[in-house]
Order: sequence, then structure tokens, then C-alpha cells
Amino acid sequence: MNVILSLIISSMAVGVLVVIPFAGVWGGRLAGVHLEWLFGIVIPYLAVLIFFVGIVRRVLKWARCPVPFRIPTSCAQQKSLPWIKYGYAEKLDNPVSTAGVVGRMILEVLCFRSLFRNTRLEFGTGGDIRYKSAKWLWLAAIVFHYTFLVVILRHLRFFTEPNPFFVKIIENIDGFFQIYTPTLYQSGFLLGAALTFLLLRRLLDNKLRYISLPADYFPLFLILAIVKSGILMRYVLKADVVSIKELTMGLVSFHPTIPEGISVVFFIHLFLVSVLFAYFPFSKLMHMAGVFLSPTRNLSNNSRIVRHINPWNPPLKYHTYEAYEDDFREKMVEAGLPVEKELPPAEKAAAPEE
Amino acid sequence: MADLPKSWKVAPPAPWKLTTPEELVYGVDHKQYTLGFEKGWLRTAPDVEIKEGMHCHAALPKRLEAVGMPNPRDWSVMDEDWKLPDNWKEIVLEGFKDRLDRFRSFKLFMDICVRCGACADKCHYFIGSADPKNMPVLRAELFRSIYRKYFTTAGKVLGPLGAIAGARELTYDVLKEWWYYLYQCTECRRCSVFCPYGIDTAEVTLMGRELTNLLGLNIDWIAAPVAFCNRTGNHMGIQPHAYKEMIEFFLDEIEDVTGVRIEPTFNRKGAEILFITPSGDIFGDPGTYTAMGYLILFEALGIDYTWSTYASEGGNFGLFTSNEMMKKLNAKMYAEAKRLGVKWILGGECGHMWRVVNQYMGTMNLDLAEGSKMEEPVSPITGTKFENAKSTKMVHITEFTADIMKHGKLKVDPSRNDNLKVTFHDSCNPSRAMGLLEEPRYVIKNVCNHFYEMPPNCIREQTFCCGGGSGLNAGEDMELRMRGGLPRANAVKFVHEKYGVNKLACVCAIDRAVLPNLMEYYVPEVDVTGVHELVANAIILEGEKKRTVNLRGEPLPGMEDEEDV
Repeated sequence: MNVILSLIISSMAVGVLVVIPFAGVWGGRLAGVHLEWLFGIVIPYLAVLIFFVGIVRRVLKWARCPVPFRIPTSCAQQKSLPWIKYGYAEKLDNPVSTAGVVGRMILEVLCFRSLFRNTRLEFGTGGDIRYKSAKWLWLAAIVFHYTFLVVILRHLRFFTEPNPFFVKIIENIDGFFQIYTPTLYQSGFLLGAALTFLLLRRLLDNKLRYISLPADYFPLFLILAIVKSGILMRYVLKADVVSIKELTMGLVSFHPTIPEGISVVFFIHLFLVSVLFAYFPFSKLMHMAGVFLSPTRNLSNNSRIVRHINPWNPPLKYHTYEAYEDDFREKMVEAGLPVEKELPPAEKAAAPEE
Repeated sequence: MADLPKSWKVAPPAPWKLTTPEELVYGVDHKQYTLGFEKGWLRTAPDVEIKEGMHCHAALPKRLEAVGMPNPRDWSVMDEDWKLPDNWKEIVLEGFKDRLDRFRSFKLFMDICVRCGACADKCHYFIGSADPKNMPVLRAELFRSIYRKYFTTAGKVLGPLGAIAGARELTYDVLKEWWYYLYQCTECRRCSVFCPYGIDTAEVTLMGRELTNLLGLNIDWIAAPVAFCNRTGNHMGIQPHAYKEMIEFFLDEIEDVTGVRIEPTFNRKGAEILFITPSGDIFGDPGTYTAMGYLILFEALGIDYTWSTYASEGGNFGLFTSNEMMKKLNAKMYAEAKRLGVKWILGGECGHMWRVVNQYMGTMNLDLAEGSKMEEPVSPITGTKFENAKSTKMVHITEFTADIMKHGKLKVDPSRNDNLKVTFHDSCNPSRAMGLLEEPRYVIKNVCNHFYEMPPNCIREQTFCCGGGSGLNAGEDMELRMRGGLPRANAVKFVHEKYGVNKLACVCAIDRAVLPNLMEYYVPEVDVTGVHELVANAIILEGEKKRTVNLRGEPLPGMEDEEDV
């Protein structure tokens, strides 16, 4: 699977995913067949179901798998002698207590601690090798994940009545610059920009281009398409928010309805989101849940202090001292090494006197 | 063998020669590949060329027979036919599944990689070879692609279209590709420091190596130490009398240098401490000077300790073979501690040994210590309790010595090391699987007046491998070692040019075996030493004669004009 094939496959897949709801809803309307219930009710319900069941199943699969050894990656000084500095930085990067592990996980999950360490290799000529700080990936990842979160939280206004207080606050902050009508939310555009950066990085960096699979491009294209359809709907086509909210409130209250006059672009947007939900548990996007279970991060480096138990610790078979001494007794006696069992008399006589 | 690859390229067995650094690595082009039109890596297994100098030799059948490992036979890596059992594929897939069920790390790391590439340029082998399959992410993808094919719904459902999901068929070519890149990873875990999900390539390659061992595909440089260690207690196959003789030889040397005759004990019951160090230090220079260092330190302190010829190996090449083998070889430590009735174990300078001791030993074998006289380690000199070793009861020698020095219980003359400008190479395992960073530095700074750090991206938890860890420190894979050692050598070269550093200190026996070749190749002005060699040179022994030379017989600073001893 080279980069060109990967791009063709993943972009075509997203293209098809746009065409399906378009053909279904728009084409259906032309033909007098109303498929809005399929794209507006059935598929979203199914997708959410797959999302939750899929994630729970996958996490259970991981959780059922034992952790035979404590293998944290120690990224700072261990806790050893009392006078050797073991401060906050050390507690977080090489934790020995549960509190330290929780702190390490918080930093990892919320701040992408490990990614923040990233360096870039610069391999010049004549053995000139340098490692430069490279925070762009970290920044793009932070922007991507947090703006995505903001966008999702903002969407709660479609699913709650009255809206929780924080939705209003987020909207106010997100629309801080108060330009354009409707108010321009920065998050959507930043999300698009971060996605574009992540995509370009995959395409322009030799290493990334080589390792990337369709499974890497597809989610990028899919989320980009979601962002674009959302932006199109809000700022250009100015979809009928009141009807849309009627539909979404119907979904969450389990009294689904299809109000009149909802534009096709909404169904495209909703379908793509549904696909993302359904795709999530089967894809690399599961890193969201997986990071919590990573044994190199969520275990404390205390296996010399407290014994860690391996549930399948294999039975002990080893070459015992007795077998070893039987093998070498004569030589050991000769070399003056203490032995458990003396040589038999005949051999003893044969052994040279001291 | 019906399943033999047709297109497998076997490089000519032409005499292989190591070229100069300029030719070998300084010309490595990290921007060489991909316009996008060539084959994707999912299909390139048949193109992999096994190169001389980049791999270790196949394990001899007698090694496998000695420890009852499967498929012992004569085979060569360069042969087309690796003489595998007919059902090799079944064996591999069953073994794969078994390990997915037993190791959460393995299962999780198969599932959650997003291929962000943060690890890509962190691997020393990738830096030195620019081979894209040496990127940690791709090394693991070689396995994930098979995982997807046989153990995920998408891979099973898509069938021949599995490539869309990043899946591929397990073929003979793929197996060979696995093997080649499994044994081009030193399991140093540097990539896991940078991975946002903590994916540890070592977890993947340890499992991968277990799978190769199901087919008898180990390398001799691992299989031989394992077989030796099982029988004689150490990797070098030194038998008890010879082990004692080697140490007695050190005693003569020490007497020549210091005028003091040391009389250590072996296999002595009732000693307070059992001392275990890698046998590499007993057998090969410059590790031998480190071993003399231990002897001098213990003499200066007058502690009640014993050596063991049965547990005469700190290292554990079982770690690079299988979990079961690691456990089997490690068991001797507790078994011997119990038999001799010691209170605790003191461990010498070694890298992967300390990964095993810190992260595996207690879990695997603590049952063996039940009913023994072992207790929480306490320093007999300072009374310090080593609380961080409460459960395993094994203390690292630099923890022990640092504590002694902090309490001022050791008479030293650091000026004896004044001709040295020292830098410290953090070994992969003590730094990334333990966090032993300050202890060796503290010890060095107490016995050396000139200490300089290498640049921050090359030390501590970001340290680079010596290029020959995890059993790859053979002679036949010298090109691999020189490529992998490039980042380390480059950092040493930097401090050599900037500060005039001439001594590279380390706390690992494999380092002491590997780094001298590396230094000779890139920075010949720099010598390799163990930390306790530096300590021993500075120690003022009671009743010693005027010291004019160090343990290597080189004149001490200011003594250049003295007569030879």
C-alpha cells in the first residue's frame, strides 16, 4: 500500500460516504422516496450503539488481558537514597506511588507529556548530527484534540434544553472576536487547520509518508469532511437551526421526528459523524481509551519495594545447585571450593592431596 | 519446502569488510526514499536483503539442545532454507495468539498505535542506517500487519483486500523480514520515552523473539550464553574452578598495584551479602578492571560478603529468549542466596541485569526466597536501609557505594584520576527501566575531579544505546553495531572535542564489551571504563604501598617518572 494508493482509497472512501446521504436524501426527495428517517434516525442510533458497545468490548478485551510484569518506562531519577533528589518532576516521570501514577497519567492524557519531549533529528554531512526540539507535532495534536472537544461541547446546545451553563461560556469564548453573522467560532477553523497540518506532515515528511496507511488518511479525511460540512452548513448555507434542533432533541429524548425543511448538507454532516462513531471502536482512534491502560505509563516503578504478582507465573524449573555441584564436584573440591556433598571415597583418593 | 520465497535476495557471501565511518554512516541519506510510486512496505518483504555485517550468526544446535529449545539443527541465516518445521506458520500464529492473551502490553501495543512518527527518528539503528524498517513504528508494524490479518475482524473479513486495513499474509518472506529486524533492535526502550501512548518496541520485539525461538531461530550470541549460563552459572561458560582462578589472577594484579593481598571467599555459607556481577567483568577487558574495583572496594570497607560460582552471572540472556528462560536463569540468584543464608544480594554494574532485577525478578522468583534468611537490605557500614529494595532484597552497587561516600566512610584520593576527563554513558536499562541516574554520577564525581556531561538529548532517560545491547554484541554484526552506535559515539566525540574528554564511564558489562570497538572506530582517543574501576583507583587501602600506577598499569598523574612496578 503506497502513499498514492492509500490516498486514493481513503479519499474515495470519504467521497462515497458523502455521496451516500446526498443520493439518499436529495435523490430520494426527487424520486419522492423519503429516506430522512434512515439518515436522521436509524443510522445515528445505530452508530451511537456501535460506538459504545464497541468501545466497551474493546476495553474489556484489553482489561481481561493480564499485566504479568511492572514495566513502566522510567523517565527520571528513581526514588532511592533519601538524599538523592526525588522531587515533583521525578515523582511524575518516574512514579513510585499511586498518586504519582495518577499525576503522570493526567499529564499524559491532558497535556501529551511524552509528545512534548519530541526532538527532531538533523543529520548533516560529515557526521554532524543534531537533535532539535520539535514541538510542532505536540502543538498540532493539542490544538486538534482540544478544539475537537470544544466543538463537541458546543454541539451540546443541540442536545440539551435548556443548555447547561458551560455551553454558553464555551460559545462566548469560542466566538470571542464576534465577527461575521452567525458569530465565527474559532474552534472549527483551528480544528481544520490542525487537521491540515497533520495531513501535510504525513505527506511531506519522508518517514511519515512511508509508514502511513489508508487507516491514517481515512480518519483525517473523514474528520476534515465533517468540519467542512459543518462550516458550510453554519456559515454559507445557513441551515435551519430550529428544525435541526427539533430533530436532535427528538433523538436524545427517544421520540425521534423528522421536521420539514432540513437541508441535505445536514444529513451529510450527520451521516459522516455517524460513520466516525461507528468506525471509532475498530480503529486506531481507540488510542483514546488505550492510553489509560498502557503498562509503561500507568504502573509505578516500585517492583523492588512491593512484589508485583503475575497471575500466570510459570512453574519454576531451573538448574539447581545440587545438579551443578554434581556436575563439577571434583573440580570444585580440587579448587578448594566448599561443597555440600563430599566426593565418594574412591574419587577422594584420586583427588590430589593439598 | 514448498513455501520458500522465490524472490528472496541473498547477498553474496563475499568477504565483508567494515568501511570507514565516512563511507559507512556519514553518507547515510535520510531523505532518500519515496516519491510515492514505489511499493508500500506491506509488500516489500520479498525485497529484504539480509546483509552481511548487519546480523548475527544462527544458533548452533547444541545450544538449543542444552536447554531443550525447539528445532535444534544446523542452519545459516544466509541459506535460503532455514529448515523450519512444516507447520511453522501454525506454530507462529498459535504462539502469537498465546502471547496476545498473556501480555496486555503486547495486545494493547498492537491496537493503539496511530503512526504519528514521534518515535521514528529516536532509534539509534534508524539514525545510523536510514533503513525505514528500523523506525520503531515500522518495526512494530511488521508484527501489527500480521496481527491485523489473523486476529482482527477487518483483516479476516477483507481477505485479499486486507492491505486496505494494513494487513498482510504471513509468508516465509515475512518471517525472514521479522527475524532480520527483530535482531536489529536492542530493546533499549528509547522510543517508548517519546511515544504518546508509551508503546514500547521492546515489548513487541521481546514477543517477536519468543516467536522465533519457537522455531529454533535464535542467534548464537544469545543462545550460547543461555546454554552456558544454565549449566555453569555464567554466560562465559566458566567452570567453578576457573572462575575462582580468574579472580585469583585479579588478586595478584591488585597486589602488584597496591601491595595489598585481598582474600575474598567463594560459595561461603553465613556471609552477610552475596555479590553477583555479570561474568563479562570476570572475563573480558576492560570489565576486568571493574571487577578488580569491586574487590578493592569490598576490601577497603571490610564487609562480610561472598562470591558465588553457581550464581556467577548477573546478566540474563533469557530476557532476550523467552520469559520462561529468563525466569529459569534468574532463579539461581535467590536459590543461592537462600542456600548460603545471606541477608541480601548486592548486584554489580550491568544493564539488562538491572532491568530483570528491577522489573522482573521479584515477580518471577521471590517465592524461592521464602524460608531464607534474607531481609530488607541494610548497609553494614552506614546502617542505611535500602527501602527501595525492601521486597527484592537486591541493591545496585552504585546505590551502595553512593551511600558509603555520602557518609564519608571511604578514604579516596580523587587526584589519582586527575589525568582523566570523564563523561558518563547512561545504560539503556538502568536509566529507562529503573531510573538509576544520579547514583553513578555521584560516585564518579566523588572520585574524579573532571566530569563532563554529554548533550541532554543523549543522556539520562534519553540516552542512546551502545549499539550492541540485547545480545547483539557479536563480532559478525559489526556494521550493525557501528551504525547503531553512531549517536552515542557522536555525542562522545562532541564532548571529546569540546572538553577533551578521554574516558567514557558506564555501569554495564555489555557497554564495556561494545563501546571500546565503537570508540576505536569513531573517537579513538576515548577509553571505556566501569565506574568502580575509577573508584578503586582513588581508594586509599589500609596498608597500601605508594601507588604509582592504576589498575591498568598506567602511571598515575604525577607519577609518570616513577619506576615501573
